[in-house]
Amino acid sequence: MISLNWVKDYVDLKNEDVADLAKKVTNIGINVLDVSSNYIPNLKVGKVLKVEKHPLSDHLNICLVDLGNEKVQIVCGASNVKENIKVIVATVGAILPGNFEIKKSIIRDVESNGMICALFELGLQEKNEATKALGIHILPDTAVVGEDACLFLGCDDTILNLDLNPNRFDCNNHIPFAYEVAAALNKKVKLPDTSYREIIAQDEKFNLEIATPNCFMYNAKIVKNVKIGPSPEFIKRRLEAVGIRSINNVVDISNYVMLEYGQPLHFFDKDKLGNNIKVRMAYANEEVITLDNNKRILTPDDIVITDGDKVVCIAGVMGALNTMVDLNTSNILIESAIFNPMNVRYTSLRLDLRSEASLRYEKGLNYEYCNLALDRACHLLEKYADATIISNKYEYDNLKKEERKVNVTLAKINSILGMKLNDEDIIKSLDRLCFPYEKNNDNYLVTIPNRRVDVNPNVYDIAEEVGRVYGYDEIKPTLPVVSIKSGSYTPKLKLKKQISSYLQSLGLNEVRTYTLISEEEDKLFNYKQEDSIKLLKPMSKDKMIIRQNLLMSLFKIVNYNLSVKNKDIMIYEIANTYDKKLVEDTKIAFILCGSYVSNLWQHKDMKIDYYLTKGLVCLLLDYLGYQNRYSFKISDNLPCEIHPKVNSIILIDNEEVGYIGKVHPNYSKEDIFVGQLSLDKLLAKKVGNIKYKPLNRYPVILKDLSFIVDDNIEALDIIKVIKKEGGKLLNNVEVFDVYKGDNIEKGKKSIAFSLTFEDYNRTLTDSEVDILFNKIIDGVVKKFNAILRDN
Amino acid sequence: MDKIKEIKDLIYEKLNDVSSLEQLNNLKVEFLGKKGLITEANAKIKDIEVDKKKEYGMLVNELKSLFQEKYDENKKRLEDEIIKAKLEKDVIDVTLPGSIINIGSKSPIERIIDEVEDIMISMGYDVLDGPEIEQDLYNFELLNLPKGHPARDAQDTFYIKDEELLLRSQTSPVQIRAMLADKEKKGIRMICPGKTYRRDDDDATHSHQFTQIEGLIVDKNISLSDLKGTLDVIAKKLFNENVETRFRPSYYPFTEPSVEFDITCFNCHKKGCNICKNTGYITVGGAGLVHYKVLENCGYDSNLYSGFAFGFGADRLAMLKYGIKDIRTFYTPHDLRTIKQFAKKEGI
Repeated sequence: MISLNWVKDYVDLKNEDVADLAKKVTNIGINVLDVSSNYIPNLKVGKVLKVEKHPLSDHLNICLVDLGNEKVQIVCGASNVKENIKVIVATVGAILPGNFEIKKSIIRDVESNGMICALFELGLQEKNEATKALGIHILPDTAVVGEDACLFLGCDDTILNLDLNPNRFDCNNHIPFAYEVAAALNKKVKLPDTSYREIIAQDEKFNLEIATPNCFMYNAKIVKNVKIGPSPEFIKRRLEAVGIRSINNVVDISNYVMLEYGQPLHFFDKDKLGNNIKVRMAYANEEVITLDNNKRILTPDDIVITDGDKVVCIAGVMGALNTMVDLNTSNILIESAIFNPMNVRYTSLRLDLRSEASLRYEKGLNYEYCNLALDRACHLLEKYADATIISNKYEYDNLKKEERKVNVTLAKINSILGMKLNDEDIIKSLDRLCFPYEKNNDNYLVTIPNRRVDVNPNVYDIAEEVGRVYGYDEIKPTLPVVSIKSGSYTPKLKLKKQISSYLQSLGLNEVRTYTLISEEEDKLFNYKQEDSIKLLKPMSKDKMIIRQNLLMSLFKIVNYNLSVKNKDIMIYEIANTYDKKLVEDTKIAFILCGSYVSNLWQHKDMKIDYYLTKGLVCLLLDYLGYQNRYSFKISDNLPCEIHPKVNSIILIDNEEVGYIGKVHPNYSKEDIFVGQLSLDKLLAKKVGNIKYKPLNRYPVILKDLSFIVDDNIEALDIIKVIKKEGGKLLNNVEVFDVYKGDNIEKGKKSIAFSLTFEDYNRTLTDSEVDILFNKIIDGVVKKFNAILRDN
Repeated sequence: MDKIKEIKDLIYEKLNDVSSLEQLNNLKVEFLGKKGLITEANAKIKDIEVDKKKEYGMLVNELKSLFQEKYDENKKRLEDEIIKAKLEKDVIDVTLPGSIINIGSKSPIERIIDEVEDIMISMGYDVLDGPEIEQDLYNFELLNLPKGHPARDAQDTFYIKDEELLLRSQTSPVQIRAMLADKEKKGIRMICPGKTYRRDDDDATHSHQFTQIEGLIVDKNISLSDLKGTLDVIAKKLFNENVETRFRPSYYPFTEPSVEFDITCFNCHKKGCNICKNTGYITVGGAGLVHYKVLENCGYDSNLYSGFAFGFGADRLAMLKYGIKDIRTFYTPHDLRTIKQFAKKEGI
């Protein structure tokens, strides 16, 4: 959050409209999420002239209040209201926090024209028992009756709530933000005063030792005789405006400077600290009690500040209780340092201690501000805490400080942005950004200011800076000038699309379900009882395992729909699954339940059953070009959710590619049919193109025959024998009737076939077909102990 | 000859108004049957004098023709009557419902993906996919997001077993794989729609599983204006011709410059409405020129080659396009009454 009053210290914002400013700053990439103000109109300084008891109430008073231009009657319930005090009056029309509008009202038969306010009612204090007990706020006598009470309290600030990109978190601080405001409005930045007087103290003995490469820079100064007390009003108001509680002048100054530059500071009580600072990595299991009075166990990845022995601060994260500044502190050691951001990040994440300071350390800091912030703190402590600044400065600097310069040309920037900028545009943009440059013919040697740690010395970075300041709205849309080529799907994606649209044409609805499932779900339809793939740190129990099949997800959908009385459910999903070796397999899964075609009033529903399910799969396999290459075989090896007798695995070229089956009655009372195929296995089975076959010009001969055979004999086995005996001239065999019951012996069935004989080169004679026909009958009778039925 | 006249009169009389097909057939037998009147008359020709045979024959033939004519007339009339009677009986109630042939549908997210694919394929982009269980190397490292990079926070990731394997938090690793696979370094045009995963708690606008559509071009002289123009084409096709694209400065570790792209509201055209929350614009996704470090990580000379990349959520676009308020609708519980609303083509 940014206080606009604060920014006004660095950039002249006279006559600037706040909404316009927010828009312009947002346009250059510093997103202002919302603008709010702590100013409340229609609050006046009033003087209570007269207080009378309300005749109809024990605790209410009727007050006559002077508002300068008028005297009004207000009913007030506060116990501390009395005559001749100056108070804050919310006049009729004022809107207090919580959208509470003050209206002229009648309180128990008495007219009231406003409200005498407590601070919590204005949002200036937290609302709690303590602040409520304070009653109405009594203003000092210096307040002028009739004047704006909000301005008197210093509540005239505008607060900008920012939504920053991760590379520009520095703009949560007022000076870096001021640079962006200046760029957006084409203005100059004025930096704050960092001057102070120093006392030379020869006897000061202090020893700084840095014993880890993860401390990049360490600056420290000693200030003496600080007077701890309340902060000046402007510091209080500004900190409160951005959501930081004011504690005392010293603590507030440390926060204030951090919010100016973005450089966190740490203040040690110098007397508790002693004369040594040693920065090192923590020992394993080293302990420290932090400022929040919690014991922390450290690891060798944590950077610590020690007094040469014990830990006095976890670097970048939180100070220790043993050297905390308190009300009795008079001498302070100020630390302004830069640590390895990675260590600070890991430590603060591990300890779950992410503070305003640690967040800043994590993003990386600018050494210029590391020095300036220290000076600024000295300046403010001298001014507002009567501190004496000791001249010695204890410094350690192991930062690589190469000047970041880059050569760019107008042409290159234009080719990156796709714009037609001229030199004047570039110069103007660089000036707005306060990026120094030297122009040499077509070349600009641009220096990147240290405050911009996010910018690299590369022409693309400079182009981005120029582009955002100049305005991306000026980019005219073009299309790439590249050679023409065709675009296409990968073979797998193409097959997936084809299967998907074919299933839709067969009446199935596509769904998308979650890849992550619970342990219970993982057990369902688990084909090979594979081990689960678990997440390292699941978020919740229902999303902890990467699924290996899709059917349980679809089964859930079916059960949901049945529960809300939806019928005729036909859904499919094509999604990736992974086995325990993390091998990817894209699966096609479907569930069918209810009627495939329905007609209620004519009672002509076509119920989904095994054979309809199989028929749909056959259609799909035929469409995919596997005609005459696939077969269905009953299996006793399928998941236990599948009916042991009503199922089959699907084989192509005798390789299993999936299965279909009815859901086991243990798992559903409904007739639900499921299927799952491996897209990757299908993809591996190559198919040829369509080859047109001309129609036969010669007549075909049709013959029917039926047998009585044992019930357990499968149709396909009989067909195989028929085909073998029938030879080349037998073009097609179809089952056209299967019958069990009356007239058929128990344990037997009648099965009837329709045979088609044809030759593409001649007309067949009856006698040659009869020979084949008898051969077929003999074959089937012999092989299956079948009885030929007379027709 | 008199007999002929007699038969002729009989034809006129009997075939005047036959009342059934059965009666008509009986008449046929009576006249043309083996012992029919005309048949018999015809047989008598042998008794006729030679010079009159010819005339007699003609007369008998005339009889035959006359009979046939009358027969046909009657037959037609009777059959018409039968059909007419049948039609009268074939009464249906046209307002009763037809049989329901359940028809399939495509998921709304897939609809958006298909539309984008169509547009991009027409501009020469290939459609690629990649694994959802990815290596940290492809999902982050090569995208200029080394371990400990603060921007990894924004993509809180599901890791598997050790910190090297993860559920991809973006489809960008497909781009990395495509750039690495471009061995001759000739350049690339591709899009990669796919599932992505982040540690988000599911609510109306967040989902731990969502669908990204990312696009990438690597070629010579690719600029930000090319990016804007390409996104403009997609936006116009997906919504309507009046939609325009806007860039806002942004940051991604894998692009430089980085932008967020908005479109003018397809519903109100900048006037402000519910859909755009009165801003006139709708945030769609992130984009930028491929970061020179990413190009170099994948073996391209960043002085010669440049490229743009973009990404947006198919879920979000589907929500906008179809007016869906809760992202979970795409994943659960899949009520058929929801699904069936998408068994329909796009509007025109």
